[in-house]
Amino acid sequence: MSDVTDTGAKPGGEVDDDAEVPAVGGIVAELRHMSAEERARHEAEVAEVVAPDREIEVGVGDTLLAMRDVTLRFGGLVALDSVSFEIKRGEILGLIGPNGAGKTTCFNVITGVYRPTAGQVLLEGHPLGRRKRYAITQLGIARTFQNIRLFNEMTALENVVVGADARHRTSVLGALVRGPRHHREERQAVERAMALLEFVGIADRAADKAKNLPYGYQRRLEIARALATEPKLLCLDEPAAGFNPAEKEGLMELIRTIRDDGYTVLLIEHDMRLVMGVTDRIVVLEFGKKIAAGLPAEIRENPAVIAAYLGVPDDGVA
Amino acid sequence: MSTQETTTGGPSRLQQWRDRWNGMSRFQQWAFLVPLVLLIYALPVLNPPILSTEPGYTFSIAMFEVARYALVAIGLNVVVGQAGLLDLGYIGFFAIGAYVAALFTSPDSELAKLPYLVVLPLAVLVTMVFGVLLGSPTLRLRGDYLAIVTLGFGEIVRLLADLSPLRGNAGFQGVGQPPGTRADGQDVFNTSDGTPWYWLTVTLIIVVLMLVGNLERSRVGRAWVAIREDEDAAEIMGVPTFRFKLWAFAIGAAIGGLSGALYAGQIGFVNNQRFDVVTSVLFLAAVVLGGSGNKVGVLLGATVIAYVPLRFQSLYEYRYLIFGLALIILMIFRPQGLLGARQRLLAYGREAYRRLIGRPEQVSSDSALAAEPVKGAGS
Ligand SMILES: Nc1ncnc2c1ncn2[C@@H]1O[C@H](COP(=O)(O)OP(=O)(O)O)[C@@H](O)[C@H]1O
Ligand SMILES: [Mg+2]
Repeated sequence: MSDVTDTGAKPGGEVDDDAEVPAVGGIVAELRHMSAEERARHEAEVAEVVAPDREIEVGVGDTLLAMRDVTLRFGGLVALDSVSFEIKRGEILGLIGPNGAGKTTCFNVITGVYRPTAGQVLLEGHPLGRRKRYAITQLGIARTFQNIRLFNEMTALENVVVGADARHRTSVLGALVRGPRHHREERQAVERAMALLEFVGIADRAADKAKNLPYGYQRRLEIARALATEPKLLCLDEPAAGFNPAEKEGLMELIRTIRDDGYTVLLIEHDMRLVMGVTDRIVVLEFGKKIAAGLPAEIRENPAVIAAYLGVPDDGVA
Repeated sequence: MSTQETTTGGPSRLQQWRDRWNGMSRFQQWAFLVPLVLLIYALPVLNPPILSTEPGYTFSIAMFEVARYALVAIGLNVVVGQAGLLDLGYIGFFAIGAYVAALFTSPDSELAKLPYLVVLPLAVLVTMVFGVLLGSPTLRLRGDYLAIVTLGFGEIVRLLADLSPLRGNAGFQGVGQPPGTRADGQDVFNTSDGTPWYWLTVTLIIVVLMLVGNLERSRVGRAWVAIREDEDAAEIMGVPTFRFKLWAFAIGAAIGGLSGALYAGQIGFVNNQRFDVVTSVLFLAAVVLGGSGNKVGVLLGATVIAYVPLRFQSLYEYRYLIFGLALIILMIFRPQGLLGARQRLLAYGREAYRRLIGRPEQVSSDSALAAEPVKGAGS
């Protein structure tokens, strides 16, 4: 089985009816009975719902998020040591480094889970300051978790709609009496969530509780849930952990599509080969310090990076 | 799938019922529900011999007891079952509701008298305010602390009832009731006939169930369940967790207050002896027994908790012991309660699931009930 990537809204996705059939049903199965033309239209619709803002092309290169000398201490341990880097709009920035280098901690600072001991995080030039975590999400930063953290008792679809709720303004009173805004937002959220499930390729299990989904589906569901918050910046923490090579390749394809849809992606990934293939630029951390930054080709040749990786045998340099 | 605690094998009858129910159209469900509701309304009049609690206990009043427990359980379920906040002082809100009713209707009170039907919503409002007052500082705490603080709150309310304005043991006689006189000159709502009170309470239960159901199938219900499942993840996904916990607390409190005010009216007398913290545990048992987070479950649990000791009077004294043991056994073998959590969190979920996969959502496979086949390829 080829993996489940090929079901989404890839522009110009393969329209080959004899291609190996991904293990999906429902709408996706219906897709196979559509003419090429119909299918293209359907995919365009899905893409439209998934990335409504993608037409608003902001020049690639303008800074979306900046880490300014961010230091974070846990007691005596310096998890981040004056780390600075910038994420440019529309790029896929790779964040790599050996285990315990501080990559996840970096995400935690960006998403407000930890406040930096010193330094600042700026989104579009504005410091995140002491904003609450949910407020940071509403500003446009979404993430997935290295250790999957879905809402287990909710269905896949419900999980994604929780993400979409980050943009909703229905009040408790409005929900109580089912006011017009409630109806509008509910309908839109469900549409968008369904499209997102298709986009990440797990629509066939939309109705299953998250805890009953296969592992690979759970990882994809985390991405769909994060995308549902309509983020400017999507932070993925080892989204391909535990995948086999084919699944990893499928996931990287998905990440590329996400970027092409106009999202900016910050990607933590262990597998060097994959990182090299998918990212536009790479930042390397070791022991909480930034030891290198640059294009994938440069990073590959960087002696400090090679040393860091060779020093840690359990990392997937292969 | 691999981590399920399975105690019995095979798809159970309950699961089959559930699937059949979910397969029905709205119309079919109504066609089933309406006669059932009518039957429920008729119960105190029918007084079926196998169900009757007489001669030991007036059946209509027993039915009112069941109904008020059910109302309490629905309210507490919002807090405990939906939002996952362990509230051990729920009796406090119940007591506040009862005292509000007494203070504004009893001749023993100095305060201005108001009609009972005005006092009922007032009690709801006042308890809601108390819910916010208690919740604002405590809901920033984590689970264990919350349980302890709410336990203290329940006790404080009881102790406050000792103070002179609340008349301690002397209490308030002649708490008001809804208007109306029967042909024989007696009040429709009185303390010896539970039937009108039961009808009023069942009606309110239906209204509350619909309102709570509206919340459940909205961003509010999703926020609650997300908080219950993983509070940090919820916050990071954009849920203002504190605000929604406070709402759960306030709404739960309001429903508890409503039940308390009904209780005060029916029994006609309120004093400080009626609001033991232990009763909080019975309330909690009602929620947990049937399956917290499951509306049908908590109704079932409340019915068992309220009805069984009245039906089998010899058990009444031992009810704490019996329900305590039942809970322990349940927690060992079936921690999710008899029915297990089940909520629908989307206003348009039915349509969506139909369109996506041509069947309703997976209702439950978290329990002993369903042997969910391992499907899908995963990693
Ligand atoms: N909450 C915490 N308390 C104390 N130490 C922590 C905490 N979170 C992370 N650390 C430490 O910070 C360092 C960086 O961890 P992490 O960011 O998870 O690394 P990775 O690059 O593998 O994601 C590790 O030494 C880890 O033990
Ligand atoms: Mg990590």
